[in-house]
Amino acid sequence: MQIEMRGIDKSFGGNAVLKSAGFLLDHGEIHALMGENGAGKSTLMKILTGVYTKDAGTVLVDGQEVCYKNPQEAEQAGIVFIHQELNVLFDLTVEENMFLGKEIKKSFGICDKKAMRHEVRKILDRLGVDIDPGQRMNELSVGQQQMIEIAKALMVDAQVIIMDEPTAALTQSETTVLFQVVNSLREKGVSIVYISHRMEEIFELCDRITILRDGSYIGTKKIKETDMNDVVKMMIGREIGERYPAREAKIGEVVFEVKGLTCPGVFENVSFQVHAGEVLGVSGLMGAGRTEIMQAIFGNMPNVSGEIYLNGARIQNKNPQEAMKNGIGFITEDRKVEGLMLEESIMKNISIANLGKISKSGILSKESEDALVKRGIEELHIKCFGPQHECNNLSGGNQQKVVFAKWIYTDPKVLILDEPTRGVDIGAKKEIYSIINELAEKGVAIIMVSSELPEVLGMSDRVMVVREGVLRGILHKEEANQENIMILATGGELNE
Amino acid sequence: MNNKKASNYIQDLGALIALVLLVLIIGAISPEFRTVSNFLSLLRQSSINGFIAFGMTCVILTGGIDLSVGSVLALTTAFCASFISGGMPVGLAMILALLIGVAFGLLSGLLVTKGRLQPFIATLITMTVYRGLTMIFMDGKPISNLGDSFLLKLVGKGNLFGIPIPVILFLIVFAIFVFVLEKTTFGRRIYATGSNWKSAKLAGVNIDMTKMAAYAISGCMAAVSGLILLSRLGSAQPTLGDGYELDAIAAVALGGTSMNGGRGRIWKTFVGVLIIAVLNNGLNILGVSSYYQDVVKGFVILVAVMSDQKR
Repeated sequence: MQIEMRGIDKSFGGNAVLKSAGFLLDHGEIHALMGENGAGKSTLMKILTGVYTKDAGTVLVDGQEVCYKNPQEAEQAGIVFIHQELNVLFDLTVEENMFLGKEIKKSFGICDKKAMRHEVRKILDRLGVDIDPGQRMNELSVGQQQMIEIAKALMVDAQVIIMDEPTAALTQSETTVLFQVVNSLREKGVSIVYISHRMEEIFELCDRITILRDGSYIGTKKIKETDMNDVVKMMIGREIGERYPAREAKIGEVVFEVKGLTCPGVFENVSFQVHAGEVLGVSGLMGAGRTEIMQAIFGNMPNVSGEIYLNGARIQNKNPQEAMKNGIGFITEDRKVEGLMLEESIMKNISIANLGKISKSGILSKESEDALVKRGIEELHIKCFGPQHECNNLSGGNQQKVVFAKWIYTDPKVLILDEPTRGVDIGAKKEIYSIINELAEKGVAIIMVSSELPEVLGMSDRVMVVREGVLRGILHKEEANQENIMILATGGELNE
Repeated sequence: MNNKKASNYIQDLGALIALVLLVLIIGAISPEFRTVSNFLSLLRQSSINGFIAFGMTCVILTGGIDLSVGSVLALTTAFCASFISGGMPVGLAMILALLIGVAFGLLSGLLVTKGRLQPFIATLITMTVYRGLTMIFMDGKPISNLGDSFLLKLVGKGNLFGIPIPVILFLIVFAIFVFVLEKTTFGRRIYATGSNWKSAKLAGVNIDMTKMAAYAISGCMAAVSGLILLSRLGSAQPTLGDGYELDAIAAVALGGTSMNGGRGRIWKTFVGVLIIAVLNNGLNILGVSSYYQDVVKGFVILVAVMSDQKR
């Protein structure tokens, strides 16, 4: 199937999101769609699949002009959109999810379970994944859930599959499996539109790449004929320079120390130190227990034993309030679930972690609250209409800056960052790195968990590697490289 | 952007517009309705539901609900009445009743936080148990020998400069709620808890304490309503307050407070309370049969809530 979109315009309430956007998808290719957040990638794909209607432009499928009224029509035509937030019902089984709304029925509307199971097995075999059709969705890993979404697409005989950030929550090995599946689909003539922020993946997987910027079509390149710098330039319209800005922090004394931190069945005997002004990277595969260790330090995990020291004195963090009082800040991995009150204003989000600072005996001071929030918006360059801007309507990068603002002003001595740039576009990423550097330069001890190896390597003074709840080693900057980290993360030994 | 703000503004004022329309329409039909004395008695009637609805707003803002308020009202009045008839000074008996209301609310809060029950279930349990306890305590009979206390009469029947005391109390409590919810850190915590408890917890908000406090406030407000009823009726009844939770929830809903928590304003609850009071009072004056009154009430709530929904 070949798809051509030309001169697509779309605006929401006077706000032009697409201005003459488009791209051309060939039969049997993997086509990357790139652009910063808000560039219009998802909107363009939603117009293709009938979620939105276009204001102007043409959509040609195999040379015929089409206009799908809803996703069902697009699906019948063989175009399936797999969204970033997976569209699965967690309490139902794999089989029930796959056949939702299209159950095979015997007479009297009774479901033919046998036929359905047979069909599910057939498709899962075709994908080469080993999943029990009777398992509940919530028992599967995110990678497996993703596979089920692809299986659903295959079930309706999709000729075009659109994937939005499919690897955002996948482990390394799950990503490998996904790539195998996607490659085999291409061989069978299925076309894939691949939306991702991960440059490395795109260069590994895709055939061609189309770049959008500010809702407009910028250009299409063959992957073989371009490189990352070129793509970044097209995406942001200027040179970005060094991806990881230099830091001039003096590494001081040990500020923070964890001794023998254990949570039965999750992680065991974790001990490490962080110095003032240092960024300690934490690497490991998804599910290695990195996030859990951080949650435990912050007092948000039950059944944790072990000792935590701040400036040589033992501290107890039984709950987040105590951790905060002890000078620890925590920027969580999922800003939408744990980081922000999305429906609230920037102001209320920044204030909530700083209530003590902006109040006197429990009564809020409007002046100090306004001043604090204004300072946050200015210092962190949060792009917004003002303090009352609802966080929902901010881009990922700006949302993350709000989370940073929330924590910076609690004056933490130790700041834990869990995936600080997930779902953040390249420009904003660099700004966040600068914020981290500034904090380190002020002497804050920083612990940064990240699944992006280039980020860990680019930002950390030392890298700690965790595997299956066990600390495998701490690498100094000189010995930290992609290979050494992966060896430790997957259970190998480093040669001395 | 301006357009959006303008429509938000209208949305914000939806309930208020409904209230004004209702007053104008009923007032146009009935001269009896549009008298000062009727408005004062309407306000006095509304205060009973008003106190409860304010407490309910706090609970709903945290993402909960309190079905037990009617039963708390009955049980606290029963205690208060028996204290008074047993010879306790009226002032002391009233303060004790309020404290008992707080305690009953805290118990609901404990079931929700430490007991990890869903608020609907937790307060359904306390609602049932408190009602049963009221029956047991009163042996199913009213307590009416309350003596001739000036204070007791004042609370429900008294006037100050021609304005009924319950109305004055109602306005004072309203002001306190506005202040607490808008201007204090506690208010922020209530909103944050309902908006996203995970985020609030990680930002150092004690979620459990905040919820318990909300239920305690709700219990206390139910007791306040109870005291006013006790004063007006001159006796405690075992079935007092039956179904009051529904009027309170209706008022909160009319005010556009999200039943998922985190969003809502106390002044809008105030408007919701007034709408219900105007309907009750106005339809009575117009001589609409009570069967039809309920249907009309339901219909008005439907229209108001639908117009309040986003988009």
